[in-house]
Amino acid sequence: MPFYVSPEQQMKDKADYARKGIARGRSVVVLQYDDGILFVADNPSRALHKISEIYDRIAFAAVGKYNEFENLRLGGVRYADINGYQYDRRDVTARGLANVYAQSLGTIFTETAKPYEVELVVAEVGDDAETDQVYRLTFDGSVADEHGYVAMGGQAEAVAQSLKDGYREGAPLAEALRTAVRALEAQDSDRRLEATSLEVAVLDRNREHRLFKRLSAARIGDLLSAADGSAGSGGAADAAEGEGSKPEPKQKPESDED
Amino acid sequence: MASHDSYTGRLPGLFASPDTSSFTEFLGAYSPELLPGGRTPPASRAGDDIPHGTTIVTVGFPGGVVMAGDRRATAGNVIAQRDIEKVFRADEFSAIAIAGTAGIGIEMVRLFQVELEHYEKREGRTLSVEGKANRLATMVRQNLGMAMQGLAVVPLFAGYDEERNEGRIFSYDPAGGRYEERDFHSIGSGSVFARGALKKLYRADLSAEDAALVCVQSLYDAADDDSATGGPDLTRRIFPVVASVTSDGYRRLGEDEVGALAQAVVDGRYDSPGGPTAPLR
Repeated sequence: MPFYVSPEQQMKDKADYARKGIARGRSVVVLQYDDGILFVADNPSRALHKISEIYDRIAFAAVGKYNEFENLRLGGVRYADINGYQYDRRDVTARGLANVYAQSLGTIFTETAKPYEVELVVAEVGDDAETDQVYRLTFDGSVADEHGYVAMGGQAEAVAQSLKDGYREGAPLAEALRTAVRALEAQDSDRRLEATSLEVAVLDRNREHRLFKRLSAARIGDLLSAADGSAGSGGAADAAEGEGSKPEPKQKPESDED
Repeated sequence: MASHDSYTGRLPGLFASPDTSSFTEFLGAYSPELLPGGRTPPASRAGDDIPHGTTIVTVGFPGGVVMAGDRRATAGNVIAQRDIEKVFRADEFSAIAIAGTAGIGIEMVRLFQVELEHYEKREGRTLSVEGKANRLATMVRQNLGMAMQGLAVVPLFAGYDEERNEGRIFSYDPAGGRYEERDFHSIGSGSVFARGALKKLYRADLSAEDAALVCVQSLYDAADDDSATGGPDLTRRIFPVVASVTSDGYRRLGEDEVGALAQAVVDGRYDSPGGPTAPLR
């Protein structure tokens, strides 16, 4: 009765299963801007967060199944707090945390029947853009060291393509937020995101002590209209171009579904 | 850390152990040796040669509270440290200070700070002021065995209550008794002298700056009469630590601000060594 399934096939099935689960949700983007790291999620909930504070300079963003990434978040807070308590606050690093997550996710992926359907970003803001660290972790425990921007979850490829077109290094917060929101809108051709349907937070290197800060809907609205205003009056050329005069081509959404 | 990750279920210890948002409870299960309350008190009574922190004062004013501490730690008749800090930020909207055995007190403060932040990050909300005060009471109570062996530590806690828009002050006894104080309070060896000064200088309508001045005045009076309390050290530029908690959050006053206050207090005492006088009738 029991069929033989080769290890290769087993792993492939698990990976396909996890990928499908992750692609079902909505996207999250993480990008560097001039004062730190910006996190933007297409998430209307005020209570169930996809973006969270881990420690003084470290934040966490996730897509996929809520209970699974929430469990990882809670564990990450414990990891950070216990290390900071035992040693010093400076001894808590994103690299250490990414390793703990990689170990846990890897173990779950190989040793259990159902892998976690999650994808994470662990980011630590440094003193300048060169020392910022952004790690992306996937469901099987692999870690990638990212620079500039990351898109994950939902139609991640379309979102990443839009980020690739619009992202500019060292952009101010308003411009970076506009780029991120435009990228999230690339998930569907007719999707328009209001300030109230966004979850936005920053790791701002100019703050003191705990650098993580959530932005209120009012502040998000202000920043977005500021970005639109400066683009409309002919500020940055690339921003004005993306503003509507020439809608950027969003194609090949079918290639990433298997 | 790896030694704790005994693989029992799907996830290692960090992710699997008791479902609690209390850092102290988690620490007790994960690394009990790090928990102050879990230690066996010494068999014999500790002597005077362990540094003790001394006087802390706190004064409420409309919209907030100010807390201040002198900078002296004593071990018997010796000044163990002349620039110790005994007033700390507990979280964004509260301050904590300690008097008594300095080592145990500082450890308690560190644990309390992590406890508040841990809860906030896990639950997505901060504890109520009462919740914080109660949590601190538990931590003081866990030190009772040490207190009986002469290693007592007593904190003073002040927080900004966002619902009532006012500062709140909580004092403790070594057995973990928690008492809410009105208007002002002081703890530590110089506290009796400081309280006398506070009583005469306190007004219900103090500004934040005047509340800080009241604190520095009362610490001067404590240092005047208590050998274990340090006065403002103008030669070395060592001044009390003064912090305020208001709707804008915790703020430690800068060295120059406190320096100016301390200088004004000392200058005033040249004319009247007893400090400002209260009207007799």
